[in-house]
Amino acid sequence: MSVLACKQVDVRIAGIQVANKLDLEIRQGQFWGLLGPNGIGKTTLLKCLSGLDHAAGGKVLLENKDINQLPRKLLARHIGMLQQHTVYVFDSSVLQTALTGRHPHLAYWEREGATDLGKARDALESVGLEGFEARSVTGLSGGEARRLAFAALLVQEPGIMLLDEPTNHLDLKHQVEIMRMIEQRTRGGSSSAFAALHDINLAARYCSHVVMLFGEGAWCAGPTAEMLNETSLERLYNCPVERLESASGPRFHPKAD
Amino acid sequence: MMPTAHRRLLFLLLALLSAVSILAASAIGSVTLDWARWSAAITDSSSEFGELVWRLRLPRAAAAWTVGALLSLSGCLMQVLLRNPLADPYILGVSGGASFAALLGMTLGLAAGILPALAWAGAMVSILIVFSLSRGEGPWSGTRLLLTGVVTASGWAALISLLLTLGPDSSLRGMLFWLIGDLSYARLPYWAPAILLLVFLACFGMARSLNVLAMGETTARLLGEPTRKLLWLVYLLASILTATAVSIAGNIGFVGLIVPHLMRLLVGSDHRILLPAAAMFGGLFLVLSDTLARTVLAPRQLPVGVVTALLGVPLFLMLLNRARVKQ
Repeated sequence: MSVLACKQVDVRIAGIQVANKLDLEIRQGQFWGLLGPNGIGKTTLLKCLSGLDHAAGGKVLLENKDINQLPRKLLARHIGMLQQHTVYVFDSSVLQTALTGRHPHLAYWEREGATDLGKARDALESVGLEGFEARSVTGLSGGEARRLAFAALLVQEPGIMLLDEPTNHLDLKHQVEIMRMIEQRTRGGSSSAFAALHDINLAARYCSHVVMLFGEGAWCAGPTAEMLNETSLERLYNCPVERLESASGPRFHPKAD
Repeated sequence: MMPTAHRRLLFLLLALLSAVSILAASAIGSVTLDWARWSAAITDSSSEFGELVWRLRLPRAAAAWTVGALLSLSGCLMQVLLRNPLADPYILGVSGGASFAALLGMTLGLAAGILPALAWAGAMVSILIVFSLSRGEGPWSGTRLLLTGVVTASGWAALISLLLTLGPDSSLRGMLFWLIGDLSYARLPYWAPAILLLVFLACFGMARSLNVLAMGETTARLLGEPTRKLLWLVYLLASILTATAVSIAGNIGFVGLIVPHLMRLLVGSDHRILLPAAAMFGGLFLVLSDTLARTVLAPRQLPVGVVTALLGVPLFLMLLNRARVKQ
């Protein structure tokens, strides 16, 4: 049972107010989408939630404990984050890289065992990288590297998955697959996800909740159906938006001139 | 990932080759011993060549192996620390401080026996300068460390040039050999293998953390590493390795850059395999290089640094090329 909560959190970067007195509770079973225009501070907020950065004010709590007070190793067993970019300087195999997800679960001297290997292989299979185990990470395409990074996150088995633009570099099929995988994991009720997204319609389709960052610290958060409408999205992106109904719910498109 | 059986075989092979190379180095030289003489010398240190084998060649070969292992291990650590495959043990100015101190000792005409201690002290001064200047407040910055280290190294290089210019001609040759790296007068102080062993065990214990660190500081933190502490520890350990190596044999180049690379190409970048493989291969490589340095133009001796470069550069380029073709 792990709940990640923001209590009156102020997030700032380089003098820009990202979120002012943010109150959030990311509960198990929830899949949050984080929406906002470029450069508004989505990554900065994710860094605060993961404990990589300190909030300028307020507290980020994991199970009512300040995450900046918790040891990193403990944190890594509960919170995992898919970064926006992954750069591999040193060569390594795909399997070896997926296995790094086990790192926080193993003691210093411990080696990965058969269970860990099994988890890594399963995760690679679920992202469609089976047969890639021995391949070198430096030879992967952008989309393959992205799926490998996601597989490593799955191997880490965090209760809370933070994802910075998980669909980056992915083709349509893999975008849908990755969103579906996150949805499945959260719907089971054992974990939660919080993903910065640029595609409103992926958020509309898969996310149970949405946070929007409007700039200058303004934000709103709540269930997706209540949050996403023409007015809020026009304010968010400063661009006229029209709503279309589809079989699986509303879709939003930029309005043609 | 390497299968366990292959890994064991590789380690066994490297250990065996290391032992053979040290023994061979004790037989080969300006006077090459045949089997009968050599076995007599090895079993009885008071025999005709006992002195040569036990007092000169074996200590020198042991020193070569230790220095090679120290430099290779340090190279592996520096490359992870700076997350740059071009990093070598000397990049952060440790060797500059050591060389300056040693050369200063030579200029002042101090006894050769205290030069290693002086070099060690110089290295420590350099480590402290870089450490305190680049530490600062705030998060870890690899760039700040790199810049501080590289600039400090340049500072030492300028001071060294000054000493070379001002120093008496008689000591110039000794200074040059020190700067190229030379094992002619190398003795193996008992603490050097102790440092090698201790630092190796410490690094081997955190090898999985090094794997994660090689993927970037942020990734390592997200996977549970307190990276700030870890990175400073890696810096200190790598610097101590370099300082020890340089104080024994001067600035032997290329070993610390090339051996980690060769081993990465051969065994991959899992530090649990890479570290022991690089240490042993580095030792082996330097024993062979030094034996060549003693014999190619015998009775003249070349500084081993020349041989490591002459051997290392083509070997490295060849393997790099082969690896690219394979990909």
